[in-house]
Amino acid sequence: MGRKLLLEKAQVEGIRTYEVYRREGGYASVEKALKTMSPDQVTEEVKKSGLRGRGGAGFPAGMKWSFLAKPEGVPRYLVCNADESEPGTFKDRYLMEFIPHLLIEGLIVASYALGSERTYIYIRGEYAWIVDILEEAIAEANKAGFLGKNILGSGFNCQIYVQRGAGAYICGEETALIESLEGKRGNPRIKPPFPAVKGVWDCPTVVNNVETLAAVVPIIRIGGEEYAKIGVGKSTGTKLISACGNINKPGVYEIDMTISVEEFIYSDEYCGGIPNGKRLKACIPGGSSVPILPANLLLKTAKGEQRMMNYESLADGGFATGSMMGSGGFIVLDEDQCVVRNTLTLARFYRHESCGQCSPCREGTGWMEKILKNIETGKGKMSDIDLLWDIQRKIEGNTICPLGDAAAWPVAAAIRHFRDEFEWHVKNPVESQHRNFGLAHYADPLPVPVTA
Amino acid sequence: MAEEKKLFKVTIDNITIEVEPGTSILNAARMIGGDVAPPAMCYYSKLKGSGGKCRTCLVEVAAGSTADPRPMPKLVASCRTNVMDGMVVKNITSERVIDARNGVVEFLLINHPLDCPICDQAGECHLQDLSYDHGKEGTRYEFNRRTFKKHDLGPYIQLHMTRCILCYRCVFTADQLTNKRVHGILDRGDHAEIATYIEKSLDNDFIGNVIDVCPVGALTDKTFRFKNRVWFLKPVDAHCECTKCKGKVTLWYRGEEVFRVTARKDQWGEVEDWICNECRFEKKKTSDWIIEGPTAVSRQSVISQGHYQHLEMPKETMPEVMGGRQPRLLMDIHSVSEVNRPDVDLSALPGPAHSTDFPKQS
Repeated sequence: MGRKLLLEKAQVEGIRTYEVYRREGGYASVEKALKTMSPDQVTEEVKKSGLRGRGGAGFPAGMKWSFLAKPEGVPRYLVCNADESEPGTFKDRYLMEFIPHLLIEGLIVASYALGSERTYIYIRGEYAWIVDILEEAIAEANKAGFLGKNILGSGFNCQIYVQRGAGAYICGEETALIESLEGKRGNPRIKPPFPAVKGVWDCPTVVNNVETLAAVVPIIRIGGEEYAKIGVGKSTGTKLISACGNINKPGVYEIDMTISVEEFIYSDEYCGGIPNGKRLKACIPGGSSVPILPANLLLKTAKGEQRMMNYESLADGGFATGSMMGSGGFIVLDEDQCVVRNTLTLARFYRHESCGQCSPCREGTGWMEKILKNIETGKGKMSDIDLLWDIQRKIEGNTICPLGDAAAWPVAAAIRHFRDEFEWHVKNPVESQHRNFGLAHYADPLPVPVTA
Repeated sequence: MAEEKKLFKVTIDNITIEVEPGTSILNAARMIGGDVAPPAMCYYSKLKGSGGKCRTCLVEVAAGSTADPRPMPKLVASCRTNVMDGMVVKNITSERVIDARNGVVEFLLINHPLDCPICDQAGECHLQDLSYDHGKEGTRYEFNRRTFKKHDLGPYIQLHMTRCILCYRCVFTADQLTNKRVHGILDRGDHAEIATYIEKSLDNDFIGNVIDVCPVGALTDKTFRFKNRVWFLKPVDAHCECTKCKGKVTLWYRGEEVFRVTARKDQWGEVEDWICNECRFEKKKTSDWIIEGPTAVSRQSVISQGHYQHLEMPKETMPEVMGGRQPRLLMDIHSVSEVNRPDVDLSALPGPAHSTDFPKQS
């Protein structure tokens, strides 16, 4: 049983309310930080913890905080990125819905460290009901004196505002989020300048993901060094994984990043194996934008070592034989699933969500979707596969924001690892239309791991 | 004594130049000039915040600076990346850059027809130049192109969205030059489009400048479009006393007639001074202007083809040879009535017509 830091009290009845949360030890980190620590000490503690941003990029959070410019007489802002829109990722929703005070507490501590007196939660428009939950929690925290003026007599003032997005995936990108928060069209900005220098209303700003900010609470409670002992290497602390697809127990799990991928998929504590005894075909381990991995490379690295559920191990081998931890959206595909269809679904999503600012992303994502649709519907040509490869290659790295990469990587990985499945579609246009099975011939025999 | 300003040394395509801190790679390359300057479809030095979108100006930074000589992992937009001291940049000397730029041209041409023979921008189109330099002879795109219903933008400006490459220049222009912007980008992704809110017309005082900044033929001048091709026109610099703008323009003549008025442009195709609608659309007579002289046009430009100043017209020799007769007489072998006389009813003939059906008249 792994250590739980974020979801430890998630099952406590009534934990959503301030009263129960406080009774269970809530807001102790705010008290500790504001009464016994300076803002710089809080930042130092987060640095010591080795906490990496949980939104997908995995950049060290403490270092990001330390980049914040601190000019005299200019306000600074903390923005919580709750625009969780990546297909397969739904961990922040769980956190905000069931333990909203954990996020509020983390926000107060982080705001104190960063000197943000006005802090925003930018939340995905589709999470409409969670807005009410958060606003209720904010009102309760206000009433209890944890928000407002001169919090706990420390002289620190802070207020939290909830801002609803309009349901655009691109607004999860930090600069597009800032644009949207300012009331403009959610187009990514060109960096530099980075938000730490010029963010919301041209003021220094830190944008952190919900899970990252929630993790600040246990870091302050147990100390950065203690937090860093959990996990392995540079993957410190615990990580929320939203698991879905062909598994017996879809849901949000908190892991301490020392378990193997095999254990995560097959053990009863987590995903509980694959339904109906089917075999594992592939997995997208970190949300839809990261490269898909076939079963053999998912369970073991190219060097033959066991693949672990942490940042380093999942990325081992680069994109040739590895993938990414990303945002922790763990999507499992069993032997019946069609990779071509799956890739088309993702390509359709990224085409629809491209903001249209830069030409490779605007035109390339639509082109990829059309070719994939042709292949999927039996109208494809063999040369389409190479063309698809070339298009993704010309999108990747050449766009303003990472959405271009997010659209290119799934296509690249699907062709790299499942090219014969694309070819089968081209060669068998009729059969590919009337089937409800996936291709398993390419990796037979597939590894059938022993249940943990 | 004034403190000496520190300059940054930057090497672009093996040519080293010293520039002021804060200069972008693109502008440093423009100082060197020639092919070293990357192409730019969306960047416009006169428009704040422009650039970074089209990705045609991507370059490779082989060394970040003297202090940190590591190369940048990705290609960067040269229009939005400032030089650092000791930076080494590769533009046309980088295969990665050429490959990426080929890709960008291919993407841009997906939804931009190469209809140069009928497009009003032909001869002045930056995308046309770019596709000649970096494009392929064919396209790999086999799907339907984006189509749009035509927008009427008022009496002066015509929008052809099918040719738009969404460079945002016109939006920046309207934002920064006019007092009330009424057009912008609607929708997103490959279905994004330039449009006005509920079919409004663009009639702000300086809105005509959107025509000059448009790198392709999406926004054209209704008072000029399709009246002539630019290489048939003679550009002449002129000015006038204008209360709204500096009144420095280029008049485009054919014979004695002013076909259009535009702002003057520099060697990068950017306007030198914005002009008002009145100068652009209303003053189409020579008497409205004080003529300065012919505009300097690059020899490489197609517009230079229309420079018929000092051109010696070939002598008409036919009348001389033919003893004063007009050449059309050469074609006057016989009149039409001799070939197909109206008094012969062809449909009444039993078979195909024959020379015997047309007896020579005495």
